[in-house]
Amino acid sequence: MAFLELTNVQKQFAGTAAVIDFNLAIDRGEFVSFLGPSGCGKTTTLRMIAGFERPTSGAITVEGSDITNLPPNRRNVGMVFQSYALFPNMTVAGNIGFGMKVRGKGRAEISKRVDEMLELIHLEGRGSRYPYQLSGGQQQRVALARALAIEPRVLLLDEPLSALDAKIRIALRAEIRAIQRQLGITTVYVTHDQEEALSLSDRVVVMSEGRMEQVGSPFEIYNFPATRFVASFVGTLNLVSAGVVDGPAGRVSIAGQEVTAASPVTPTEPDGSVTVALRPEGLSFRDTVGQNQLRAAVDDVAFLGSVVRVRVRLPGDGAPTLHVDTFNEPHLKPPAIGENVTVSFPREACLPLGQSATPGSSDPPEA
Amino acid sequence: MSAGSSPGPFSPIGIMRSWLRLKPAPDSRPARGSLVAWLILIASVLYFFLPLVATLEYSLRPKPNHLLAYQTALKDPKFFSALAYSFVVGVITIVLSISIILPTAFWVRLRLPRLRSVVEFVTLLPFIIPAVVLVFGLLRIYSAKPIQLVATDLGSTAVLIGAYVVLSFPYMYRAVDTGLAAIDVRTLTEAAQSMGAGWGRILIQVILPNIRAALLAGAFLTLAIVIGEYTIATFLARPAFGPFLSDLGRSAPFEPAAVALISFLLTWLAMILIAIVGRGARTRVQVGGAR
Repeated sequence: MAFLELTNVQKQFAGTAAVIDFNLAIDRGEFVSFLGPSGCGKTTTLRMIAGFERPTSGAITVEGSDITNLPPNRRNVGMVFQSYALFPNMTVAGNIGFGMKVRGKGRAEISKRVDEMLELIHLEGRGSRYPYQLSGGQQQRVALARALAIEPRVLLLDEPLSALDAKIRIALRAEIRAIQRQLGITTVYVTHDQEEALSLSDRVVVMSEGRMEQVGSPFEIYNFPATRFVASFVGTLNLVSAGVVDGPAGRVSIAGQEVTAASPVTPTEPDGSVTVALRPEGLSFRDTVGQNQLRAAVDDVAFLGSVVRVRVRLPGDGAPTLHVDTFNEPHLKPPAIGENVTVSFPREACLPLGQSATPGSSDPPEA
Repeated sequence: MSAGSSPGPFSPIGIMRSWLRLKPAPDSRPARGSLVAWLILIASVLYFFLPLVATLEYSLRPKPNHLLAYQTALKDPKFFSALAYSFVVGVITIVLSISIILPTAFWVRLRLPRLRSVVEFVTLLPFIIPAVVLVFGLLRIYSAKPIQLVATDLGSTAVLIGAYVVLSFPYMYRAVDTGLAAIDVRTLTEAAQSMGAGWGRILIQVILPNIRAALLAGAFLTLAIVIGEYTIATFLARPAFGPFLSDLGRSAPFEPAAVALISFLLTWLAMILIAIVGRGARTRVQVGGAR
C-alpha cells in the first residue's frame, strides 16, 4: 500500500479548475517532485496535502488514514516555504523547537532535538541568533530543520530554493537530498526548475494546466517524454512536424527527407502529420552508416563552454531549424556558418510524441 | 525619484532623514525647492507650537510665583485620582480593543481580504457618529431594564469603557492593520499551523510579537484619546481626567492651562516611547547575502 495517496483530487477556485483528476501513490521514503510552469496546479496540490487548501473532490490518505478534511495543525506534515517563513521574533533555536513546544515536550528534550537539528544543517552554535542575522541559505536550512524537528510523516517543500542564488541553490539541493536520504522521509517537492526536479527526485510528476502530463523517473521523463508539452518543458528538444510515410514502420518525412522513428507512428494532427522530438545531444555531424541522415546548412554556432550548440536549417522554404549539441573538442574546429552539413542520428533519437494530456496545451511558456 | 526632486542634506527632509538615521536619498544635491520646503516647515512649526507657547505663557502669569498654577494643580488630590482613573480605564480599553481588533484584522487579512474595506468603514464609524450621540444612545439603552448598568458606579464605568473601546477602533484597527501588512501573515500562519499550532497560539506567540510596535502605536493613541476625553465621561458622570480639566477651568483661571500642558507632556512621552520601540524594530536588517 502506498504511504501517501491522492485519489481523484480536484480543486476549483471560483469555478476555475486549478487541479484536475490528480491520482498519485507515493511510497514511504520516496522523493517526488511536482514540475511545471506557473499556474499548473503544483503548489495547489502541495497545499492540499498540507491542509491549507481543501480539495473540491477526491481523497488524500497517509498510511491508509484519510486526512482530506483534517486541519493542517493535526496532519503532522512538515512544510518548507519559498520565503523561509521563519518566525522573526524567535531565535534559530526557538524556531526549530517551536513545533516540539506546541507538542508539549520538555525543555531538555527540545534542547537536545534542537542541537541535533543544528548539527544536521551544519549550523552548530548558531541557535541563539535571530533569523535576520542569517543569510538566505542559512535561513532556509533553519526552515528545513524546523520542519524536520517534529518528525513529520511527510515533508513538503514549496520551491524552497527559488529565492537563493545559483551557487547556493546547487549546494543546498545536494544537502536536501542527502538529509532526505539519511532520514528516509517521504518528500514532495514543488519546483518549476527541471534541472532541480531531475537531479533530486525518485519520480517526477510533470503538470500543465492542472493536469498530470507524465509521471516517471527522471530518466524516463527526460529520455522518453510522453507528450509535446513534457518534451518542450524538460530539456531543450527539437520539435518538428513530420509527415507520416509508413506508420507501422515508423517512416516519417521531415522537410521532404525521410527518416525512421524509434517506434511506429500514428498521425496526431488533422493534416495527418505527427510531431517528432529530436534531442540536440542525440544528433551529430558524424557520417555514420545505417543511421538517419538529414542534409542541412549551418545557421548559427553558439559556444556554451563544454558544449557547442549549432543551429542548422533544413533545405526548402519554411523548413525547420534544428539544434545540434556537440562536445567542445579543442582540436576540432566547429562548422562554419553557411557550411553544408549532414546531421546523423539513430532511430532511437527520433521520438514521435503523443497528444498532450491537457486539451489545447502545446508548448510551455518561455521560462 | 528623479535627480531634480531629490531632497538635499540641508533640506527639512534631509535633516529628518539624519534624525531618523535613514540613508540619504540616492541624489542628495540641494534641491531648488529647498527654500519653499523650509518655509512650509517653519509655518507648520509655528502653527503647532504657537498655541503651546501661548498656553505656557498664560500658565506662568501668576505673580510673584510663576509656577503657582502648576503647584496648585499638582497639589489638588483630584488631579492624581482623575488621572489614575482615566489611566486605568485607558489600559482596560486598550486590552479590550486589542482583543477585538487583533483577531478581526488578522482574520480579514488571512481569509476575508474582500471584506477589508467594509471592516475599515465600520471601524471609522466613531468618526462619523458624534460622541454625544453615542453617549445618549448608551444612556438610553443601559439606564432602563433589562440591563440597567448606569445605576451603579461600576456599571457606568463599564459603559464608559465600552464606549471608549468603540472610539479606539479607528486608531487601533489602522495601527494593527499596518503592522500586519508589514509581515507575511499568511505564510507565518501556515508555517505555525504545519508545526501543529492552533489559532490562539498563532495569534499570541507568532503574530502578536511581530506587530508589537504597531500595537504600541495603537495603544498609545488610545490612551491619549481616553485621557483627554470629555463628553462621554461627563454624561456618564465619571471622575475622569477630561471632566476634571473642565471643572478646574470654571474655578481657577491659570490651572487648566498648566494641567493641559502636563497632560500634553505625558502624551509626548508616550509618542517618544513609540518612536524608540519602532526604531528598534526597523533596524533589524539582513546582514548577509544568500550564502
